[in-house]
Amino acid sequence: MTTTTTRIERHHYDVVVIGAGGAGLRAAIEARLAGKKTAIISKSLFGKAHTVMAEGGAAAAMGNVNSRDSWQVHFRDTMRGGKFLNNFRMAELHAKESPQRIWELETYGALFDRTKDGKISQRNFGGHEYPRLAHVGDRTGLELIRTLQQKIVSLQQEDKREHGSYDARIRVFDETTITELLLDGDRIAGAFGYYRESGEFILFEAPAVVLATGGVGRSYKVTSNSWEYTGDGHALALRAGATLINMEFLQFHPTGMVWPPSVKGILVTESVRGDGGILKNSEGKRFMFDYVPDVFRKQYAETPEEADRWYTDPDNNRRPPELLPRDEVARAINSEVKAGRGTPAGGVYLDIASRLPAEEIRRRLPSMHHQFKGLADVDITKEAMEVGPTCHYVMGGIEVDPDSGAAYGSVRGLFAAGEVSGGMHGSNRLGGNSLSDLLVFGKRAGGHAATYVDQLTGRPRVAVTAVETAVETALAPLHRDTGENPYTLQQDLQAVMGDLVGIIRREAELEDALVRLAELRERVAKVSAAGGRKYNPGWHLALDLRNMLVVSECTAKAALERRESRGGHTREDFPTMDPQWRRVNLVCSLAGDVVRLARKPLPKMRPELVGLFDRAELAKYLTDEELTEFDALVATDAATGAAADTAADADAEKER
Amino acid sequence: MGTETSGAPGKPAAKRQFRIWRGDAEGGDLQDYMVEVNEGEVVLDVIHRLQATDAPDLACRWNCKAGKCGSCSMEINGMPKLGCMTRMSTFEENETITVTPLRTFPVIRDLVTDVSFNYEKARETPAFAPPTDLAPGDYRMQQVDVERSQEFRKCIECFLCQTVCHVIRDHDENKQAFSGPRYFIRAAELDMHPLDARTDRKDYAQTEQGLGFCNITKCCTEVCPEHIKITDNGIIPMKERVVDRRYDPLVWLGSKIFRRGQVPQTSVTSEHSPGAVRSSAAGGGVHSHAGGSHDAQAEVQAQQGVNWHREVPHPTAPAVDASGKLPLTELTFDRAAAPSPFGDDVTFPLPPEHLNFAHPTQDERNH
Amino acid sequence: MTSSATRPQGVRARAAIAAKTLRTDRWWFAPLITVIGLSAWVAYATVRVFMHKWYWVEEFSYLTPFYSPCVTDRCIPEASHFGQYLPGWWIIPDAAFTLPFLLLFRLTCYYYRKAYYRSFWLSPPACAVPDGHASYSGETRFPLIVQNSHRYFFYFAVIISLINSWDAILAFNTPQGFGIGLGNLILLGNVIMLWAYTISCHSCRHIIGGRLKHFSKHPVRYRAWGYISWLNVRHMQLAWITLGTLALTDFYVMSVAAGWISDLRFIN
Ligand SMILES: Cc1cc2nc3c(=O)[nH]c(=O)nc-3n(C[C@H](O)[C@H](O)[C@H](O)COP(=O)(O)OP(=O)(O)OC[C@H]3O[C@@H](n4cnc5c(N)ncnc54)[C@H](O)[C@@H]3O)c2cc1C
Ligand code: SF4
Ligand code: SF4
Ligand code: FES
Ligand code: FES
Repeated sequence: MTTTTTRIERHHYDVVVIGAGGAGLRAAIEARLAGKKTAIISKSLFGKAHTVMAEGGAAAAMGNVNSRDSWQVHFRDTMRGGKFLNNFRMAELHAKESPQRIWELETYGALFDRTKDGKISQRNFGGHEYPRLAHVGDRTGLELIRTLQQKIVSLQQEDKREHGSYDARIRVFDETTITELLLDGDRIAGAFGYYRESGEFILFEAPAVVLATGGVGRSYKVTSNSWEYTGDGHALALRAGATLINMEFLQFHPTGMVWPPSVKGILVTESVRGDGGILKNSEGKRFMFDYVPDVFRKQYAETPEEADRWYTDPDNNRRPPELLPRDEVARAINSEVKAGRGTPAGGVYLDIASRLPAEEIRRRLPSMHHQFKGLADVDITKEAMEVGPTCHYVMGGIEVDPDSGAAYGSVRGLFAAGEVSGGMHGSNRLGGNSLSDLLVFGKRAGGHAATYVDQLTGRPRVAVTAVETAVETALAPLHRDTGENPYTLQQDLQAVMGDLVGIIRREAELEDALVRLAELRERVAKVSAAGGRKYNPGWHLALDLRNMLVVSECTAKAALERRESRGGHTREDFPTMDPQWRRVNLVCSLAGDVVRLARKPLPKMRPELVGLFDRAELAKYLTDEELTEFDALVATDAATGAAADTAADADAEKER
Repeated sequence: MGTETSGAPGKPAAKRQFRIWRGDAEGGDLQDYMVEVNEGEVVLDVIHRLQATDAPDLACRWNCKAGKCGSCSMEINGMPKLGCMTRMSTFEENETITVTPLRTFPVIRDLVTDVSFNYEKARETPAFAPPTDLAPGDYRMQQVDVERSQEFRKCIECFLCQTVCHVIRDHDENKQAFSGPRYFIRAAELDMHPLDARTDRKDYAQTEQGLGFCNITKCCTEVCPEHIKITDNGIIPMKERVVDRRYDPLVWLGSKIFRRGQVPQTSVTSEHSPGAVRSSAAGGGVHSHAGGSHDAQAEVQAQQGVNWHREVPHPTAPAVDASGKLPLTELTFDRAAAPSPFGDDVTFPLPPEHLNFAHPTQDERNH
Repeated sequence: MTSSATRPQGVRARAAIAAKTLRTDRWWFAPLITVIGLSAWVAYATVRVFMHKWYWVEEFSYLTPFYSPCVTDRCIPEASHFGQYLPGWWIIPDAAFTLPFLLLFRLTCYYYRKAYYRSFWLSPPACAVPDGHASYSGETRFPLIVQNSHRYFFYFAVIISLINSWDAILAFNTPQGFGIGLGNLILLGNVIMLWAYTISCHSCRHIIGGRLKHFSKHPVRYRAWGYISWLNVRHMQLAWITLGTLALTDFYVMSVAAGWISDLRFIN
């Protein structure tokens, strides 16, 4: 297909995977193993996706370090962490399948750290009851992505032997950005984008698309996320007719670097705390003991002595409050700083130097040592680090069918996995749950995309007009020379989101934010980019802006609507959790250009899963009505004898 | 984005002198900029500030800004470095800082280079071969056994070692026969992997990757941002492992010195045999040939490579010596008569898939 | 396209940067020092080897390592601990059985290779500074492929170190009986450093443990490998230190033998 002015390269694939992070690569492997001709598309070079930055580890209840761990316990931790707003089915699948997915990585060549008996070692992490994170020092994400990358290479080598070409059945298009999904009626027909390098356009005709584009953090000023995280997948899905849920929930990681200013936001891994690091305010007080919320009272230590004992004897002591879920820690730090007990650069101290010998710190946290030395000239074996909250992860995302990863809404043939999909983590994600999420749902999405292609009777066709519109939209910023500089617009957007839709939210500010976002929308529509098409970052940003904007609108709207505080959403004017709100998901969709918000009831947890929790705990989250149901359930259970699952779980309960 | 212009506690911002290479494959030059620099910033921050102010279309790769992804490789004052890990405080106040793209790879624009060479080499390296008798979940490995390979797996693929290695930096013609330090440590990693089922990694490193080209001058180790001891722990042990297998002195004396410098091909190269032939020919006294040769395999790869949509290399004339003649003496040459002027691995007619031809209507076809 | 002179224009061009290197630091300093250091040492050693005198201190049984073992028929009989086999022509070094191997051992040593490839052969003189040669085939072909025989010279070096150790021990046994002087300490120090250098060799590290696939199955070799690795990190320093101690030892023995100074005796 050619228009007179622009040549467009055209490709045919069965499955197009957008995103080369953990989720995308796993999906591509699965689609290729199912015999589908697969393309992988990535905005940056192959192997540089955001997943490389994950540090702590991948959560999987393998029970290698503490044999009491099981999928039930993992499921419970995930639900608790997400404040029961999670899609229970996703949490269940995730807890059940993640060990398999991790073991599979070993057959691809991954080398995790080992236990004494030669199994995969697992480490403690905030919110996880037992040591559960498979890890490699503090570069687990790198290991994950490199392993998957190398698996893809190995599949390509197989194809080369069979078909004479590495690219016969799976091909990587790196430094390529997708700007539009193309539809044939309500079915996906393809994807349109450009090579960043040359600025040339490229069209993929494919009946199934898997979105694995990661998050939205670049809309915030202080963020651990890279330039890639402009919410492209979220926006593409919206425009294709899919829906987003839980967009009000953003995770602010409690410990980002706050000094020097240029690296503000870069992550300090939670393992620092898992390995003994403690948080202190400028008065030298270990303040986390003052911030343990009631729902967690039972699991966390009350005195520093007990907390310190836990590192060596976790079975008989409760865990230190530094390991509370991220939202709690982020809020605590925020309060300390607001109360004037912060460091000069506006954070708090994270101290590992006084807790472990220097040699041990270097061995356990090599890349943190390296990062502070290189970026801030701070030797963490001698000094405390200065840290503060940073925008880290978006819990919300494309609303998907839990089992297949197929997007809800009006579109067919669209699948999503990884950070871009929503529901799995509820209102807050536990550390380490993302990497395993990528693998579990990446595989599912890839597999189901392949099945979907098999079931199709005829191939959807791409409409010429749609492509022409896409070309025009993409070239528009280059043709305008009166509009604003994209960098200025991005800064303004970041300011709105950071100041008005940040960690602590207020009604008036959110309303203000919506007004400002509407203004920004006008300005973004007129953005102009200097320079040509060849590797022009200004142009690329100009195109990403509209995605960031629509996703930001979803977040602001949903945040305004949800009148309670839960997980990654804190409203100063509604500071407590409201059980009624737990039953509701907020769903965003796009009608023309306008973001629509709807309420949708949360799917109801299956009885045997509800039975995994004890009543006292449920009472903190559920409405009275739901609790009565629960009581009735327990009564019938007791009468009829426990079902297999419940029995297993009762055991687990006893052990606790 | 690091684009805020104020807000640094402590010292006020100062202007610094920068020279940045701007241009593309057609040409370019160093351009001068005066940029504001705040306390605690790194070179990448300064480049971002330039993008936000004077040069919005200045091309530069980056992702993590924390030395974890290996995207922001560039040459700063002549040395290959990560832009995000080079603090401004390491320079003198009045020093001019020169930033150029990686020299070894073709430039795309400004600081962005075409690093597909590396991905092609990665793709040729045989992947991990899982043990056939173990199910997933049954892998048992001791920490001491995986540690050596883990060191190499720290690699963030920044390709600084590849760009600094003089074997290809200064001798482009070696690119076909030489994979570079990044891929030597990949071979070493697999060779030292406690459960890898292949035993031919060393032979592969020697015959296919061109381990012999490395003269252990250690520049790769000097620039590696992950502080991987590439030479001491990767290349030298691989050379020693090759010695174990190949340079038993008796066998070696008899067969190697007088016939060919490069060791003969081994059975490893099932899928790459053209490569093996080429590298041994290159070692056999006609090295000036390697660059000029019109390599069919390389072309297929150029077409099917990661950046396949680019132009394939043009046929080139064979390299000639100072007198303008083919460097031929019957005595040293490894076959009778002269080498083909098209390079000695091209046969005619050329297979159609090696021709760079686009049918005018090929886009309309539905395949 | 600045540095690849031999390459005909074919694939895509590199960035057009005119300067050969943009390094602003004193990159030429290290190679320069290496050239000066190695040349000075080689000059000294050559002079000494062909001097054929002042290598043996009768009084205290000091034998310089440059003449050990003394195997020509010109050797002072007491200094020939292992017999005499060769004619005493001027051109034959008195330690003709060992010196060539020692030379080859150091010449093929991974560290010295780096040092002289960089400083003498300029291939490359320093990182990111262009190679001094138009074409390059590294160690893929004769003669440089012979570098791979370093392993075998290592075995010889072990034997030679044993001989040097023996010399140092014999030196405690003077014609007057057991004695210790400054010369003994110097000989001993030299031998210790020679051992450290020899043991820290990359080939040694490989033979001891590096070649194993599973350290966990060979705990003893693994520990030995750990110690050698510790030394191996310091191989460059040891390479220079032993050049120093060798020259110093020889110079001391020469001075005492020539009567320029007298040995400082502690016992006897
Ligand atoms: C600093 C940091 C530390 C973390 N630590 C942990 C941890 O310890 N444990 C844990 O479980 N999780 C952790 N996370 C979270 C986790 O890393 C991410 O959630 C996860 O990697 C997301 O993976 P993904 O596959 O969804 O997307 P990504 O890996 O981000 O990949 C997105 C891909 O999509 C591509 N893409 C995006 N838009 C487009 C487009 N328009 N066209 C084409 N391609 C596009 C990108 O190029 C990229 O390849 C951490 C995150 C950060 C930032
Ligand atoms: S040591 Fe070898 S691989 Fe490393 S830079 Fe030098 S020649 Fe290249
Ligand atoms: S080995 Fe080091 S220098 Fe080379 S690519 Fe990997 S991280 Fe970069
Ligand atoms: S930006 Fe990732 S390494 Fe510099
Ligand atoms: S002596 Fe230097 S490496 Fe062997």
